[in-house]
Amino acid sequence: MNSEVKIGTFLCKGCGLGDRLDMDQLELIATREGKVTYVKQHDYLCGDEGVALIQNDIDSGECNKIIVAACSKRVKTQAFNFPEVSVARANLREGVIWSQPDTEEAAELTQEMAADYIRMASAEIKFIQLPSASGEQEVNKNILVVGAGITGLTAALEAANTGYKVVLVEKEATLGGMTAKLYNRIPTKSPYQQPEDTGIESMIEKVNSSDNITVYTNTTIAKTEGAPGRFNITLDNDGTPETVSIGAIVQASGFTLHDPSHLEQFSYTGSDNIMTQADLEQHFTANAGAQVKTKDGKEIKRVTFIQCVGQRSEEEGHLSYCSGYCCGTSVKQAINFKQQNPDIDTKVIYTHLRVSTGVGGEDFYRSGQDQGVVFLKGTVSNVDASGDKLTVSYKDIILEEDLSFESDLVILATGMVPNSGVDANLTEMEGEEEKSEEEGAEENDLSIPVKSILNLDYRQGTDLPHLINGKGFNDSHFICFPYETARTGIYTAGPVRRPMDIHQASEDATGAALKAIQVVENAGKGRAAHPRSGDLSFPKFQNEGCTQCGRCTIECPFGAIDIGEDKYPKFNESRCRRCGTCMGACPVRVISFENYSIDTVGQQIKNIDIPDEFDEKPRILCLACENDAYPALDMAAHNRITHSAYVRIIPVRCLGSVSASWVSDALNTGFDGIVLMGCKTGDDYQCHFIKGSTLAKERMSKVADTLETMSLEPVRVSTYEVAITDIQRAPQLINDMADTIEEIGLNPFKF
Amino acid sequence: MTTTLNTAMIETYKDNFLKEVQDNVEQGDWVKMCMQCGVCSGSCPLGNDWDHPPQKIFAMIRAGKREEVLTSDSMWMCTSCYNCIARCPRKVPVTHIMHGLASYASRLGLTPKGQPTKEFANIFWKSLSNKGRVNEVEVAYKLYFMDGFISGIKKALSMAGIGIKMLTTKRLMPLELIKPHKVDDVSGFRNMLAKAAELETARIHNNSKDN
Repeated sequence: MNSEVKIGTFLCKGCGLGDRLDMDQLELIATREGKVTYVKQHDYLCGDEGVALIQNDIDSGECNKIIVAACSKRVKTQAFNFPEVSVARANLREGVIWSQPDTEEAAELTQEMAADYIRMASAEIKFIQLPSASGEQEVNKNILVVGAGITGLTAALEAANTGYKVVLVEKEATLGGMTAKLYNRIPTKSPYQQPEDTGIESMIEKVNSSDNITVYTNTTIAKTEGAPGRFNITLDNDGTPETVSIGAIVQASGFTLHDPSHLEQFSYTGSDNIMTQADLEQHFTANAGAQVKTKDGKEIKRVTFIQCVGQRSEEEGHLSYCSGYCCGTSVKQAINFKQQNPDIDTKVIYTHLRVSTGVGGEDFYRSGQDQGVVFLKGTVSNVDASGDKLTVSYKDIILEEDLSFESDLVILATGMVPNSGVDANLTEMEGEEEKSEEEGAEENDLSIPVKSILNLDYRQGTDLPHLINGKGFNDSHFICFPYETARTGIYTAGPVRRPMDIHQASEDATGAALKAIQVVENAGKGRAAHPRSGDLSFPKFQNEGCTQCGRCTIECPFGAIDIGEDKYPKFNESRCRRCGTCMGACPVRVISFENYSIDTVGQQIKNIDIPDEFDEKPRILCLACENDAYPALDMAAHNRITHSAYVRIIPVRCLGSVSASWVSDALNTGFDGIVLMGCKTGDDYQCHFIKGSTLAKERMSKVADTLETMSLEPVRVSTYEVAITDIQRAPQLINDMADTIEEIGLNPFKF
Repeated sequence: MTTTLNTAMIETYKDNFLKEVQDNVEQGDWVKMCMQCGVCSGSCPLGNDWDHPPQKIFAMIRAGKREEVLTSDSMWMCTSCYNCIARCPRKVPVTHIMHGLASYASRLGLTPKGQPTKEFANIFWKSLSNKGRVNEVEVAYKLYFMDGFISGIKKALSMAGIGIKMLTTKRLMPLELIKPHKVDDVSGFRNMLAKAAELETARIHNNSKDN
């Protein structure tokens, strides 16, 4: 291989670029200032002929790095896909001609913009290396499924049917989990009229007879070490330790029922005839085939189902969320009574009826009504068990009246508490000063002492982080990638992730099994799993400069970085999602990727031409998240929404990867304003890397101090949350910054 | 007689008013299918003027509020615009149920006294069932004088302008009072009504017998 760097630059004249821009001047900039090896112009670069032109140059060895100066890097990715060389894209179409007015007066500034994008790409390409996998990985086709309820069994069968080996671990002695304890289930098939058999026995049989599935009952996980593709898991099989080697993990640890004993108004402990839905299932199973009677053997004439018991309320000891399955379950149980004897009076008291199985659920609700189940919209204030009969008092929401009636049996819909292990967000780490010790203990108000499920040997905690501290459900990106947890290669499925019913849990299990297969294959090739699928680059650490502060280990959203025995960061490649948050975190800038580093962006910033202050042409730097903000700006350009010609936009992997040095360098070289565009933060975050945007905000608040020491106005650096749909707003934010600069004047640091 | 029927019904159905409605009210079987979305009440052009809009009536039936429902003025307010039926996501025939409830309340003798819709219906039906054609003059004067002579004169005078116009355009024929128009076969028409009444009584009797 020739080690000499030969940069081929290809200028496209298509899509109006040739008409709007002076291509020869751009060619001159590339060769003189950008110092590229050669420049070629083409009328239609993404066409077969143009692509062949580039490919020929690569094949003949004329160039070994290329710049494509055409459209945004988010479009024409198929055409400009040259995996054998590094590619930099100068965004002249969306970034320049489509976001600038096509007028004579605007032509000069438009040309300046295009020239800067050529300078930036020329600078960037010099610092990009072609990434290659570390070779750390191997393909390990074993998948561990934790929990053998309906979710775990489904995930195990799905993975096994695809040809992967599954280790299924269940802490109880038998398989089937909560589903095995049910009398029957909500129907899954049209016409959704009557309850169905759970079918769990046949599933268990399939699992037991599968050659691809190894079942461990009475087993828990004592320790999980390693990373996707090379997890080493120590099982505790009823006291006997056993080690298995695993590629990926599906956590289907399910839920426990919310205990209503402490909710005095429902008198759960006051009478045997006040039951939870689960109690009633068992009661039905115990009396299968016979007429169900009360616990004291009396005939049942009236049954009342109370929904949302200890749920959907912020009160102490209540669950704040809707468990999603209980309404359907009550309809099912009421129908079970009606099937035994249509004269049994069954009432369901609800506030909002939510039959979650979609269209089928609504049909089932209707079937319940048709079979004579009475639905009352109201809230129950009290169940009196002191007399001979049970008396249910409720407030009817439609009639706005307090009413009461007698009942032989009262069934409470109590909801689910996820078995999600210890919240990794509450794990104390040395070097992290913000979290106080009490915070964790106070907010974690679950009455049962929480036991770890995975016992991860990660610096960032033994289990997966929870979305909201103390609320239990494991965090995942709700809209875009529901199975992806904050730990790569570990996928949650079922009610551990969010409240759901059997039907949804089965679908969830299928999705998680597929993700597990995906990560096993990707890890084997050293590629990122998600969302930068296929990315071979990974962070590299220069230990010489490292101060062992541990910041990267704390800020990595995916727990990819441990601290090694030598006190330096110990990186686990296949746990990494390549977001670059560690790079942004490192105060001494020793972390970089082959194709994304402090230099690849920093040099772009340095090579932007800053006109001196008498020109009165300000410069604004915009660092935009490549997942949301950058495509929003692209789409704005597609709609010809213009933005200030003074801005220079650089896409970043995540706002979390933004180094404070870029911002201070930019201000020092004379940029007048800096706009950072990341994703939405908070509980309903949209950040693809969970907390990148949050971290960026935090870091930028510290940049304000730097600004002050430079006697610069804090408004010169603004951080925004931009969604991919903010097509009008994103360019507007840039224009706002331009207006602000006009108001406060130029940056005096232009040298 | 009607009060006897009322007592009998209370005795038959005890506190299961929903069942009573299902058995005895026209289309009453649909009440259980209401999902309390409130679209009927929101669609009703007179909804604001009702004591209990349809959604509430259904909730009251389920809550066993027999007396309140049957003596209510509300279902008499229905103008049969059919907005509720057209919009009900559960296809509940709300209009028909309102009329069914009114009719049932009337059978039990529980209708509020002097309820104008009911009075009008009675006058209209009497006129129609007599000769098979509605005698407009008769219906009009009976309606005017429903609440006594003085108020009848007042009402008639207030409508005099319209009345004269109707006379001059022959929309109102005073001769009708003396020689009302009728169907060709009056006795056949009456027999038909008698047969319908017989069938209806048998149906109601059958429904209640099931209990």
